[in-house]
Amino acid sequence: MDLIRLRNINKTYKNGVTAIYDMDLTIKKGEFVFLIGETGCGKSTLIKMLYREEKPTKGKIIVGGINVAKLRNSKVYKLRRKIGVVFQNFQLLPKLTAYENVAFALEVLGLPKDEIHKKVVKVLDLVGLKNKAKHYPAQLSGGEQQRVAIARAIVNGPKLLICDEPTGNLDPKKSMEIMEVLEAINKLGTTVVMVTHDIEIVKQMNKRVILLNSGRIVKDYEEGTYK
Amino acid sequence: MKALRIFSRSIRDSIKSVFRNFSLSIASISCITITLIVVAVSIVLSYSVEKFTKLIEKDVTIVAFIDNEKSDEEIKGIEKEILALDNITPSNVKFRDKMDISEEMMESSDVFKGIMQDWTKEESPIQNTYQIKVDNIDHIGETAKELEKISGITSVKYGAGMVEQMVSIFDTVRKICIVIVVALIIVTAFLIANTIKITIFSRKREIEIMRLVGASNTNIKIPFITEGLFLGILGSILPVVATILGYTKIYEHFNGHLFVSFITLEKPYPFVLYISGVLVVIGMIVGMFGSWRAVRKYLKI
Repeated sequence: MDLIRLRNINKTYKNGVTAIYDMDLTIKKGEFVFLIGETGCGKSTLIKMLYREEKPTKGKIIVGGINVAKLRNSKVYKLRRKIGVVFQNFQLLPKLTAYENVAFALEVLGLPKDEIHKKVVKVLDLVGLKNKAKHYPAQLSGGEQQRVAIARAIVNGPKLLICDEPTGNLDPKKSMEIMEVLEAINKLGTTVVMVTHDIEIVKQMNKRVILLNSGRIVKDYEEGTYK
Repeated sequence: MKALRIFSRSIRDSIKSVFRNFSLSIASISCITITLIVVAVSIVLSYSVEKFTKLIEKDVTIVAFIDNEKSDEEIKGIEKEILALDNITPSNVKFRDKMDISEEMMESSDVFKGIMQDWTKEESPIQNTYQIKVDNIDHIGETAKELEKISGITSVKYGAGMVEQMVSIFDTVRKICIVIVVALIIVTAFLIANTIKITIFSRKREIEIMRLVGASNTNIKIPFITEGLFLGILGSILPVVATILGYTKIYEHFNGHLFVSFITLEKPYPFVLYISGVLVVIGMIVGMFGSWRAVRKYLKI
């Protein structure tokens, strides 16, 4: 079943720059997909449209049954509850502990306290940070902070995890640890779409790889064919 | 249950935020405080003026002077004609005999007494009068003109000009009060919007993350609007205290009258409680409106 379907997507920013040209793309449920390409090729624009940070100028985007292109600002939250997003710079709240940062995502949704506790502990265990729950972001290493961010992104059980260069700030060893976490999440059934510059990671992971250039898909490598 | 949890969370957050951004909160609170004090003064002023105006209006009397040549029979006829006019209720028309009037005048002054005491009813140049209170003060001029047309009435007096002027002055005072109050309330709302905008700016990241993890706009807005509500309530404390103590003091000091005996002040209780209620409600609305405006811009709704 298709989780993401893009048809004839065009995106032109207000300043006249066109980032995406006539793009068609389908991503199935449970896939792990890398988006690669040079800086400015449209990767970031593409994923921003997936979580409706940007709207396409033309075309149709369906994510998990929601027509994202037509989604009103006031309804964006309905999409965001089905999606987890992880950024290069972690986007954690510095005044909250690791536990609180993850719990924040559930508190906002108004879940009861004991349920929040159960879910947060489980997800922190999954990313391997059970014993650092009470640390503040400043007391954690970059890799650990990113794992907190991943925990926050998946605590609500999203269908889709979008990662915008999650390893961009990390050394190769920490990067691989993050990739292991992401793969584990993928194995649990979450579709993962990841933007990266790190070709080493892409080669090692043997997943589907989509190569973008100047706003177009130039190559779509099936699983294990990217060398 | 879910709504309750979100609500209690937003109350907790908003109280935290009031203290975390203490200096900004103080700015908003004092802004509301000053506005509400002016509002309170204006309410008291315009209320008293209105009360006083009504009192004057009730007291305005037309005096119709009757020709001294007319016999009692003819006077009865004149009365009928007066009662037939619009804007006049029979119970508000009183006949005053000229002897009564001269007696009253003699009592009031020895000079009058010296001159008037020897006059007989026939000799007296003083005229019999009808004292008439009209139903609607706005049409007093027209009623007076119609009275003048009745044959046997030599002249009609009602303090023309003076009464109208006074009423219109008070009316203007009242209107100015209202304009000032409304303007102040609007200005305050915008000031609060600005203040809260700054506090929101410091929580920009938090809002971004809230949006990212799927908080609806309402979820995000409620804490800020509650914060505005708190600022409004905190800002109205001082004005309420000032109104209750201040008005009671003024009332006691002037013994219930302002400057002259015929301007009576409203009794402090429950008057001050009504005003306090109004102040708190205005404070709350202004605070909430201000923050609602501030957040709205932020959420690209």
